[in-house]
Amino acid sequence: MKKITLSLLFLSALIQASAQGNESLFRSSGKIYVVVGIISIIFLMIVLYLYRLDKKISRLEKDKK
Amino acid sequence: MKFFQKSWYKILAVLIVAYSLVYGMLINLPADVGILDETIRNLFYHVPMWFGMMLILMAAWVNSIMFLSKPSTKRDVYASELTNVGILMGFCGLFTGMFWAYNTWGTAWTNDPKLNGVAAGMAMYGGYWLLQKSVNDDEKRARLAAVYNVFVFPLFLALIVVMPKLAQSSIHPGSGESVNFKSYNSTNNMEMVFYPAVIGWCLLFVWIAELRTRFRLLEIQKEHEENNA
Repeated sequence: MKKITLSLLFLSALIQASAQGNESLFRSSGKIYVVVGIISIIFLMIVLYLYRLDKKISRLEKDKK
Repeated sequence: MKFFQKSWYKILAVLIVAYSLVYGMLINLPADVGILDETIRNLFYHVPMWFGMMLILMAAWVNSIMFLSKPSTKRDVYASELTNVGILMGFCGLFTGMFWAYNTWGTAWTNDPKLNGVAAGMAMYGGYWLLQKSVNDDEKRARLAAVYNVFVFPLFLALIVVMPKLAQSSIHPGSGESVNFKSYNSTNNMEMVFYPAVIGWCLLFVWIAELRTRFRLLEIQKEHEENNA
């Protein structure tokens, strides 16, 4: 849980850091952040899935030994 | 500490890819990218797939060479799983590329030297996959696959890097007389996202390859135990 909170904080810091540029067409409506948020969520879910898979395989390896 | 030693590259992969995903969407673009317009952002998503694929296939190639000089199950499994993941990455690049091409050049498959080179290269790696499936004797299969891989990777590079460079014309950057990303306005900082993206995606797919390898090794161990029982 701590990891997730940390990565969310990291992402929001990134977004804020990059928001201070000048306005391009892509960003003028401000809606692009919604897309960025959704991409981040999908990516986080995939990473979480990989992390759980990693744990499972580690447990199997431990059982074998 | 042990956790960190074992998984530093996984943490790094997640952080770098997260950075490239977010920053790639928000970064300011150079103004002179022509018909690409905002789709130049695909540089941070589509292109790292190809670069990462080459790096991962190179890692597989190194593993194959190591297997030939000192045979071990681990090296064999690493080589084949890294290749599998590299091919997966290649397909990610291929499909994103087709989608991008359809929206930029008007057709999903142009007769660009780069595309044809990749098609032939993928077929060669299809041969690698078939070889793995068609030999029953494990030891023989491992050795044949390693030898095949040692030959196929340089040929693959020749097809997707050298041939397009020699070609008369290509619509891909860095090939023939076409544009190069370096020729765009140099005040942009696209490289600051692009190169980390290559490394990050590469590490992320190495993670997947590592998981698959560990799983495969467990399977092999189980088979051995069953045979001995």
